[in-house]
Amino acid sequence: MREADRLDRPRGTALNAFSADVSAGLPGPDWLATIRRSTLDGLDAVERPDADEEVWRYSRVGEIDFDRYTPLKRQRASDTVVQRDLSAYGEMAAVVVVRNGWVVETTCSSDAVDAGVYVGPVGDAPDGESLFGAAMDAPVDLFGHLNRGFGPEPVAVVVPDGVRLEAPIVVVVLTDADGAAVFPRVLVRCGDDASATVVELHTSTDVDSLVIPVLEATVGRSGHLRHALVQELGPRVFQLGHQAFRVGQSGRIDAFAAALGGDYARTRTDCRLVGRGAEGRLATAYFGEDDQTLDFRTFQDHAAPDTRSELLFKGALDGASRSIYTGLIRVRPEAVRTVANQTNRNVKLSPEAWAESVPNLEIETDDVVCSHASTVSPVDEDQRFFLESRGVPTVAAERLLLEGFFEDVAATSPHPAVAETLREALADRLDRRDALSSDAGSSDAGSETEVTA
Amino acid sequence: MSASTVERVLRIEGLTARVGETDILHGVDLEVRPGEVHAVMGPNGSGKSTLSHVLMGRPGYEVTGGSVTLDGVDLLALPTWQRARAGLFLALQHPTEVPGVSLESVVSEAARAAGRSTEGIRDLLVAEANRIGFDERFVSRPMNVDLSGGEKKRNEMLMMGSLEPKYAVLDEIDSGLDVDALAAVSRRVQEATEEDGLGVLAITHFSRLLEVLEPDQVHVLAAGRIQAVGGPELAERLEAEGYAGVLAEAGASVGLPTGVSHPGTHEAGFGEDPFADPLA
Repeated sequence: MREADRLDRPRGTALNAFSADVSAGLPGPDWLATIRRSTLDGLDAVERPDADEEVWRYSRVGEIDFDRYTPLKRQRASDTVVQRDLSAYGEMAAVVVVRNGWVVETTCSSDAVDAGVYVGPVGDAPDGESLFGAAMDAPVDLFGHLNRGFGPEPVAVVVPDGVRLEAPIVVVVLTDADGAAVFPRVLVRCGDDASATVVELHTSTDVDSLVIPVLEATVGRSGHLRHALVQELGPRVFQLGHQAFRVGQSGRIDAFAAALGGDYARTRTDCRLVGRGAEGRLATAYFGEDDQTLDFRTFQDHAAPDTRSELLFKGALDGASRSIYTGLIRVRPEAVRTVANQTNRNVKLSPEAWAESVPNLEIETDDVVCSHASTVSPVDEDQRFFLESRGVPTVAAERLLLEGFFEDVAATSPHPAVAETLREALADRLDRRDALSSDAGSSDAGSETEVTA
Repeated sequence: MSASTVERVLRIEGLTARVGETDILHGVDLEVRPGEVHAVMGPNGSGKSTLSHVLMGRPGYEVTGGSVTLDGVDLLALPTWQRARAGLFLALQHPTEVPGVSLESVVSEAARAAGRSTEGIRDLLVAEANRIGFDERFVSRPMNVDLSGGEKKRNEMLMMGSLEPKYAVLDEIDSGLDVDALAAVSRRVQEATEEDGLGVLAITHFSRLLEVLEPDQVHVLAAGRIQAVGGPELAERLEAEGYAGVLAEAGASVGLPTGVSHPGTHEAGFGEDPFADPLA
């Protein structure tokens, strides 16, 4: 990097610790080393995110000081075993635990192994190289490039053609390194006529870290992938993630997400429907508290005839939390008879909460059915009155309404355990909200007494 | 105060209320005792819906004077949910759709708030549904979502039956119901008055409801006041002659309907209610 460039850039965007040495020291096969090297060679030329650009508008990318985070050279030695209760998932086809970007545990059921399913580090996967970049032509932003250059051990999930898995594949993505830049990557191939459920559970301890996860998932002809992302990161984590789905002829992706944690948590989701009759259903629930910012950018990209996409993102914002939703439905000239819908609904639970919702359509052909809707509003007064008029106290009424608000998103979860996690997380947040409102009530009463005394 | 000294009555005295800047109720006096059925009839814009909303404390309706007591309890001092707990039920003219929330969960939550057991609530609701010839699957479906007008009204009756109120205000419960449903609903209300001593304030345009649900008194509300009171024969007269004659006889000076728009509600459009008041 030339000195002049460095001075011109805003403070904190210099990537001092993100050196070629660190990248070159990461494990993996030659092809992966080559990908990393070429990424590092081009890193200086990658455009820095700028809040003036639409895709970064309202984001908190300007707050990121890269000097505060260090990309890890090796998995930290530790005697603590990653424990997570996955019993709610019942029988699983496979479990992978990724810790700070490294694969630390892989278990695959014998049924899955016999069927030719591969789950584990991409370096050991058959034809692993072909998975890299299979769902995206190139990284979409600086963070995508960083993941490509510093992702230590991408996970491959390969479900061969014709294999239909009933049991879920669970990928636990844990971050417990403080001050670290962590780059998990999951690469899923759901083959022709294959069917699978992949659940990613993203968690962290209470660390001050930068987590940059990437998911690439391809669905083959008449394949059906159900994917869930449950994001429960710690309250100080900055997360900037990218999910890319690419769906072939008559294939289908059902992508569910629950975005709950993080200080700033951004997820960009690209759903590319590239084969005739491909279908993508994207549903996300989010709940912001305190000073959290939850940021979503979605692209429903119709590139083939008779494709269909349905998007439903619903969020509740409490405290001084913020959410950003911007979504684009793009219908390319060849994508005739597209059906595409996009709905974003936000409930503001406090006057300090803030939600931005910007749906967009870009339609380059006739003969399509597209719709979009977005709302930002407080809890519906009529609905609350209705429940109150039946004897339900105000707090309980709002709780019922919020649970009900998320019910249609929860219903799309690919596994009952995922829906249950969402409901529990929602209940925890509503408990905290109830506790705060009763605290506020008592302290108000207290100050009143003081004034009159 | 011992229980024996409490007079059991829903008493509305000199009630005045406004919506926004518009005064709607100009002093309503009404008493409903346990087991009694009172009908409130009146032309559109007379304040019938305002009266029902004010009684339940709907946001946007401001009481400017008068009092409402339920068995001695000052209702106007209570938030809505406590009015319900005190024993008041309001069946809405346009029951609200509540996505993702089932009738069962609402009734359970109300029971919990009242310190009652939630055990057996489902059975109770199913029994109530059967009683009014209603499919029991409505107990667990999202409340009123994608239901017909008649189904929504029966949902209201299902809740009335299970919440066991002391007094029920039925706001146009007859609109949107077909003949059989109207008969089932009216019968259920009648039974509640006889078996549980439910006091009923039935707001209606239309005297057909009153053929099954025989009122003890009929009150004619116009221009925000009760202008005439009579027995069941008054409803028959209104049906035959319209409001004008009755009101003129009562010496009421009735202005034109104020055409106030009710906050949070929508007025039935043309064609929505086949039995709409022909005088409207």
